[in-house]
Formats: sequence, C-alpha cells, structure tokens
Amino acid sequence: MDSIILLVGITLMYSTPLIFGALGGVVSERSGVTNIGIEGMMVIGAVSAAIASYFTGNPWIAFLVAGLAGGLVATLHAVASVSFAADQTVSGVAINLLAPGLALFLCRNFFDGAAMSPIVTKLPKVLGDSWMAGTVWSNLNVNVTTVMALLLTLGVWFVLYRTKWGLRVRAVGEHPAAADTLGINVYKVRYICVILSGVFAGFGGASMTIAIISQFTQTAISGHGFIAMAAVIFGKWTPWGAYGACMLFGATQALTVLLGGGATVIPSQILAMLPYAMTIIVLILFVGKSVAPKADGVPYIKGSR
Amino acid sequence: MNAVIKFLKKPIASSLLAILVGFIVAAVVLAVAGYDPIGSFAALFQGALGKPKYIANVIIKATPILLTGVGVAFAFQTGLFNIGAEGQYIAATILSSIVGITLDLPAVLEIPLVILAGVAGGAALGAFIGFLKARFGIHEVITSIMTNWIMLYLCNFVVMSDAFHKPNSTSALPIHSSGYITILHEWKTTDAAVDALAGVPWLREALLKTDLNAGFIIAVLVAVAESILLARTKLGYELRAVGYNKDAALFAGIPVNRSIVLCMLISGAVCGLAGALNITGIAPHTITLLAAQEGYGFNGLSVAFIAGCSCVGCIPASLLFSGLIYGGMSVQQVMGAPSDIINIMIGTIVFFIALPAVTRRIAEWLERRQEAKAAAGDAALPGKEA
Repeated sequence: MDSIILLVGITLMYSTPLIFGALGGVVSERSGVTNIGIEGMMVIGAVSAAIASYFTGNPWIAFLVAGLAGGLVATLHAVASVSFAADQTVSGVAINLLAPGLALFLCRNFFDGAAMSPIVTKLPKVLGDSWMAGTVWSNLNVNVTTVMALLLTLGVWFVLYRTKWGLRVRAVGEHPAAADTLGINVYKVRYICVILSGVFAGFGGASMTIAIISQFTQTAISGHGFIAMAAVIFGKWTPWGAYGACMLFGATQALTVLLGGGATVIPSQILAMLPYAMTIIVLILFVGKSVAPKADGVPYIKGSR
Repeated sequence: MNAVIKFLKKPIASSLLAILVGFIVAAVVLAVAGYDPIGSFAALFQGALGKPKYIANVIIKATPILLTGVGVAFAFQTGLFNIGAEGQYIAATILSSIVGITLDLPAVLEIPLVILAGVAGGAALGAFIGFLKARFGIHEVITSIMTNWIMLYLCNFVVMSDAFHKPNSTSALPIHSSGYITILHEWKTTDAAVDALAGVPWLREALLKTDLNAGFIIAVLVAVAESILLARTKLGYELRAVGYNKDAALFAGIPVNRSIVLCMLISGAVCGLAGALNITGIAPHTITLLAAQEGYGFNGLSVAFIAGCSCVGCIPASLLFSGLIYGGMSVQQVMGAPSDIINIMIGTIVFFIALPAVTRRIAEWLERRQEAKAAAGDAALPGKEA
C-alpha cells in the first residue's frame, strides 16, 4: 500500500514538467509548426523562474516570468518558421543550442559566476506544505503545478476541440491553403500557437526549478523537452494522448526509483533504462502508426499550392 | 554591385552571413554584460589558433563531430531526422572498448577489429531505429531519443561491470595499446623521439602534447565517400528519392522500407565510426561514467546544419565548430566572460542558417534598387536631351 502511494506521488511529480512541455508541442504542431526547441524553451523557463523567484521572493510572479521568457524565445522560432519559411527543424535545433548557453550566461551574470542559483522560494503544495508531513500520505500532497498541468490539459483540449478558434488551429495544421481561402489568417494563428507553446514550455521549466527542486542547475532540465516531444508523437498530437504518455513515462520513472530503493538484484543502471525501453515497447505493442498533422513542419507561403 | 548580388544568391553566402551575424550577436551580448568584445574575440582566436598544440586539438575535437555531422546530414538528405547520433556514438564506444579490452592482437588486426566493432554497434542501433520506423511506423525521433538514454545507461553499466571496470576509477579498463591510432604513440615517448623532435618545435608540440591521430583523415575520406554515394550512385539516388517522395519512390519500384533501414544503418555506422575513432585515438582510450549526454550527437546536428546538410560541407563546418568550442574556453580564462557565450554564438549561427530567405531577400532588394536606379537614369536622360 505504502509503495503504491509512493508510486502515484512520484509519478505525478515526474510527469508535471513533461506535461507542460508536451502541451506546448501539441499546440505548436497542431498549427503546423514542428517545435524541436521545446527543450531550449524549458531551460529558459527554468532559469528565469529561479532568477525571478530569487529577486522577488514571489514564486507566482516567477512562474509567470518563466512563461513570458519561454514565449519570448518561442517568438524567435515563430519569426523564423512562419515569416521566413525557415527549415523548422534547423531553427528548433538552433533554439536548443542558444537557450542553454543563454541560460547559463544569465545564471552566471546574476549569481557571481556560479553555474547554479541559490535556493529560491518554491511554489506551495496543493494541501499546504505541512499536510501529513512525515507520513507516506504526504507523497500525495502534490505540487500545485501538478494540478495546473491537469487543468491546462483540459483547457487545451477544450479550446482545440470545442471552440471555433481550435477548429481554425487544426485547419491551419492540416491544410493551410484551404484555411486561408476561408479567411483564416494562417500566419497569425501560427504565431499565436508557437508563442503559446513557448509559454507552456516555460511553465514546464519553472515547474522543475521552483516546484520540484528549488534552484536552477545546469542539469535541472536535461532531456525533458525531448521526452516531451516524444510524448507528443506518442500521444498522437492530442492533449490527452500527450498527457497519458507523460504519465506513463513518469510512472516507469517512479517504478525505477522504487525498485532501486530495495535490495534488488537488478543493477541500477539497467533499471534506469526502464522508462525509455518501456516507451519503445509500448509503441511497438499498442500504439502503431502515428500520423502527424498534414502540414506539420511545412512552411506556408501564401499563393503556393 | 552585380557581383554582390550574384554572390548573395549562392548558398554559401547565407552560411557566411550567418557566421557574421553570430559574431555580431555575441559581441552585443558581451558588451551588454560588460565584457570587452574585441578582447574576447582576440582570446577566442588566440585560443583556437595561437599555438600548434591548439590547432592540433581543434582538429582532434573536430573529428567526432565531423562524422556525426556527416551521419546526420546523410540521413537528412534521405528524409530521416537522425537525432539518435548521440546514442549510436555511445553504442560504438561501448563495443569498441569491449573488443579492445578483450582482444590483444598485433596492431594490424587489433585496430581494424576495434574500429569495426564500433561501426557495427552504431550501424546496428541505427538499423534498429530504421526497422522500427519501416515495420511499425514508429517515428524515428522517438526511438532515437529513447535509445540515446538507453545507451547512456548501458555505457555506465559496462563501465561498472566486474569484467571491465578499472578499480578505483570512474572508467573502464583502457583498450590494449596495439589498438591505438595516435600518431607514433610508441615512438614519441622514447628518448630518440625527444632528440629528433628538438629541432622542430612546432611538430614536437603538436605530437607530444596532444593525442594527434589519424582519425581526421579517415573522417574526411568518409565525408567524401558519403557524398559520392548520395550523388553519384544508384543506391544514393534511390535513398534520396525515398526522402523526396515516399509514394512516388514506391511507385517507381524502389523498396521504400529497405531504403529506410539501410539509410539509418549507414548513418548509424558513420556515427559509430566517430565513437570508435575516439576510443582508438584519444586518451583514456576507453569509456567512462556518463552523467549526461556528451553532446557529440547534438553537436553533429549543428555541424550538419551549418554545412547545409552537405556531407563535404561538414568538413569546414566541423573545424569551425570545434575551433569555436575549443577557443571559447580561453575566453573564460583570459577575459573572465562565461564561455557559454560560444553556445549563444553557435546557436545564433545555426538559427540564421535556417533563414536562407534573408540573403535572398537582400539580393532581391539590391536588384530592385539597382533597377529603380537604372529606370530613374533612363527617365533623366530624355530630360537632358531636351
């Protein structure tokens, strides 16, 4: 029983930053813009959340600042991929190079050359910081960001599938030329979606540095954005699919932690492979072919067929 | 002016412009943060090219990223995004190390076997990713990212295993020295070598103070070979056809699924060669515990993109990249500016590489301006006559 509670708690904790990142990926890719730069946007979110929380002492402001910073970086990607019809893969890779460099540069500049921030104020837990402290039940007292991730998934799903605006986004991602003839401004929709994806990724970074751990380090975000990207494809480009994929990933990671705790015969390095190997196995066995939005990754040039 | 317009329309113009913009952005960031940009760039060039030893190190460090770059570029040209170069590199280092530690043969056998083991490892992992895409339709990006991490932990497992672990260290045992491809690695430590090299200080420095090895030559040959394979052979044509349009390729009778596996196999083999050459060419000649991805694969992506995904273009791109990274370390030592500025610079360069439209637009704008001038000139002429 105890271990099940622990498993659920760790799963929810691990999956939260991934969910934010993956939702960013969903929003951007549904509008037809591949976003490989999620990782970089998360790193920027992570560092700016830590910096903002340190200097304002208010983690909520820091969370918003992280979203803003992620959005700013995403604007670069939007300018390149929407206005300049750039190769979106290349632009995304560039963001992934630029952002960690910028993050460390900022960190060193604000904190006297240190590659990590001091301990900063964290966001609260859902049920207050002292609920059932010391018992196994405290593991279920999740970070407030975990609930926010769930709500955001609901929100993204609702907007994408239940509103006129969402229909437009999906139309732009599937067939921009057709959407254009209906009077939808393809460029505007894509700009908004890409910037939003950066905002979500920024939140993801913040939910690592000011909710799970309480400082920025060089390895705070290491590959989370790429896992989130994989979750988007795994979840077939839908918000709930991506949410489930992140949960599965979090669960296998939690399993790794639990199995590693006891005196098992399996070496820890082999256990650590579990989340990644499981993802591949699940894909082979259950998921099958994933079909991207038709216009995903294709720049739209007005008037071209 | 016509020459400028003509130049701007060439693909290399956007690469050169991107590099220029990279330096400008870095200069602005440095200046804003309160560092002297000119001094920093001087330190950068000094640190990359100032001594024979530095140049040798730039070449040594360019070798693996040239190969991963070629691997990525090759796959990209056939429509596949091999973000798994990192994992294929690690797979190769693991197998090369295991073979090099286990076998103790004369160099003529040891070197090829150790290298082949690594190449086979990278190729097998690449082919696995290709197979999953061809057979089950699983996106190569997912499997690549997953296998990158699986290989990282597999490497740590092998390092820590009883059979290969070097006691009291964080690495595995080194491979037998007959597998080294370091240039003159036995001779250069002898007294005779020290005497012989005393007269040629630059050679002495490049040889004795670095791991100068034959890897870069091999890498250049591979880059050229891949380029020929893609552009001049039937197989290359088929692979590219699949990349352009899968359905059309299938209709033309090209076995699409086989092409996908084969392409990933070749790409993986090249990335694997990068790992094998690092084991045979560079101390400590073995694998060590990895805390995070080392970046050979991701730097390969950057090299490939700076090169515009041309295999031969990866040669100068890898040298540039490695020069920036290696020289960047002295920016921190000399100027105190964070060496992360180099990553900002490289990121900016790749970002502007993604925007070939910019140089084209500048060219078009210049052309229009020239035409407008000419038209204005024509309009002015009759006025003069009157």
